Amino acid sequence: MPEPLIVADNLVKQFPIKAGILQREVATVNAVAGVDLTIHRGETVGLVGESGCGKSTLGRTLVRLLTPTSGRVIFDGEDVTDLQGSKLKPFRRRAQIIFQDPYSSLDPRTQIGNSIAEGLRLHGVSNKDERQERVGEMLELVGLQPRHASRYPHEFSGGQRQRIGLARALILKPDFVVADEPVSALDVSVQAQVLNLLKELQQELDLTLLFVAHNLAVVEHMSDRVAVMYLGRVVEITDREHLYANPLHPYTEALLSAIPMPDPDRPRNRQILQGEVPSPIDPPSGCYFHPRCPIAVEGLCDVVDPELIPSSTNPAHRAACHVRCPSPARL
Amino acid sequence: MTSRKTVEAFEVAATEANLLESGGAGQWGLTFRRFMGRTSGVIGLSIVTLLVLMAIFAPVIAPYGPDQVLIGKEDVRPREKPCVHILGCDPEKPQHIMGTDGNVRDEFSRIIHGARVSLTLGFFTVTLALLVGSTLGALAGYIGGWFDNVIMRVMDVILGFPSLLLAIAIVAVLGPGLENALIAIAIVSIPAYARVMRAQVLSIRETDFVSASRALGANARQILLRRVVPNAMTPLVVLATLGVATAILEAAGLSFLGLGAQPPTAEWGTMLASERNNLFTSPHLVFFPGFAIMITVLGFNLMGDGLRDALDPSLNR
Repeated sequence: MPEPLIVADNLVKQFPIKAGILQREVATVNAVAGVDLTIHRGETVGLVGESGCGKSTLGRTLVRLLTPTSGRVIFDGEDVTDLQGSKLKPFRRRAQIIFQDPYSSLDPRTQIGNSIAEGLRLHGVSNKDERQERVGEMLELVGLQPRHASRYPHEFSGGQRQRIGLARALILKPDFVVADEPVSALDVSVQAQVLNLLKELQQELDLTLLFVAHNLAVVEHMSDRVAVMYLGRVVEITDREHLYANPLHPYTEALLSAIPMPDPDRPRNRQILQGEVPSPIDPPSGCYFHPRCPIAVEGLCDVVDPELIPSSTNPAHRAACHVRCPSPARL
Repeated sequence: MTSRKTVEAFEVAATEANLLESGGAGQWGLTFRRFMGRTSGVIGLSIVTLLVLMAIFAPVIAPYGPDQVLIGKEDVRPREKPCVHILGCDPEKPQHIMGTDGNVRDEFSRIIHGARVSLTLGFFTVTLALLVGSTLGALAGYIGGWFDNVIMRVMDVILGFPSLLLAIAIVAVLGPGLENALIAIAIVSIPAYARVMRAQVLSIRETDFVSASRALGANARQILLRRVVPNAMTPLVVLATLGVATAILEAAGLSFLGLGAQPPTAEWGTMLASERNNLFTSPHLVFFPGFAIMITVLGFNLMGDGLRDALDPSLNR
């Protein structure tokens, strides 16, 4: 097993809800509610879950765009949780993020060449010619041309903009990249283009990726391992093959059954979950999933919070479910 | 018929391709093209351009000096009616196309020179208000917290007063005069810029491109100056253009009340005030300064409206 590059240790991110003229804190949203996640050098971890489950917050916290409420972020053996200002800068060079919306992620008033060169400028490449050359190389790498550098974002299509975003994030040759739903805003035909480009660049630049998405098919295409999130927690994590063939957590099962199959004759065994996603302001007791779970055990699932533990058959396959993946101590 | 249409379509496609190839005009180039496509904006721009030219070349255009008293030089009386030779005025009489004022000065020359005073005042007032207001607004929006609260409550207090009343109060403290009127009007218009800037900063600082800059390691100052402020300028430009009109109007108001420009300065508001008692005997001395104020305000308002339309984000792309 390669060494871990980035580790989230019991990571919690809460957002306060303020109300009234005094802006008193009336409640907190538990966007990320205690996540343990280890990403090894060179691998791609897919992160799936429905809207609002905290995927993006987790991604942004890992690259320290957000400061965690509690828990640690360990990057390459160094604790980067509390670094601020100039102390954070070396980490900034090594961890980057690609955004979902190609329209809001590029400064409309800046030529794309300057947007791409921003990282170089901030990290001490002061020679303008050198910056220009590196930008040109990067543009070619993402399938554009160096002469495009003087254009503005509005002159490009969504897919092209997303590739410009890639160029901006990768020009510093980072080790770790969070791809925050990089293709969900694009047309299907363009999605494949950008995904394949991302995969190629990953090989070329030896990137470690956290690939956030809600499209399971896309995640399957991209990832080595897949983590499933529900209401701010990781409920299951394992290799891609195991997850898709043999899901343990009932929530994962329901998610997988929702993937559309391009085969009209195939009988569909669709699991429809009951109810709504509970509010992250006031999450349920015990297992967060128990109110909607078809196999929940009364007196256990609604009381005890399950831990993310390895399954008895495959230690690399971990799930947080009392029924499917019981803790050895409880047996 | 079909073939012609096809050819036309090809031509359109070709010019579009050319546009793309030419490297693009950038945001401001596009805005300018859109601006020129609207009649009202173009009319506003023309009026403002004419006024600016008039102000710059005032000594060339004006037949007399603005303060030149013509007693003993020409055979004219105070408050002479306008006399234009080509419109049938007696060629023996000296030509004064807007007549003369109570002190026997050429009204036309004074109006022309008045444009200098008003435009300079409008420009400096707005620049001062824009600089102070947008700096305060940007800091309030970006820093937030108690700093934001203090700044914006002060702005609310200023906004709470009717602007002309507050300007009068400030001039009363500073003493009458053109410069003090300028400062007073700038102070009362600061809150508008501060508020707009703050709102812009609040929305822009949450955008992904700001996050991207942060992830690349930019500090607060770099983000504010390189990313936030350039993107926040659009509505401020519109506001500033409209603000010139307001400033000129308020300055004329203050001058009319005797708190702004002092006689004998050729200022439209002052000119109005000094002849207001002769409205019925020599209406031209009230009409021409009033008309000059109106046309100036109209010009800037039309130009501001045109700019707002041209910069409207919903028309982008």
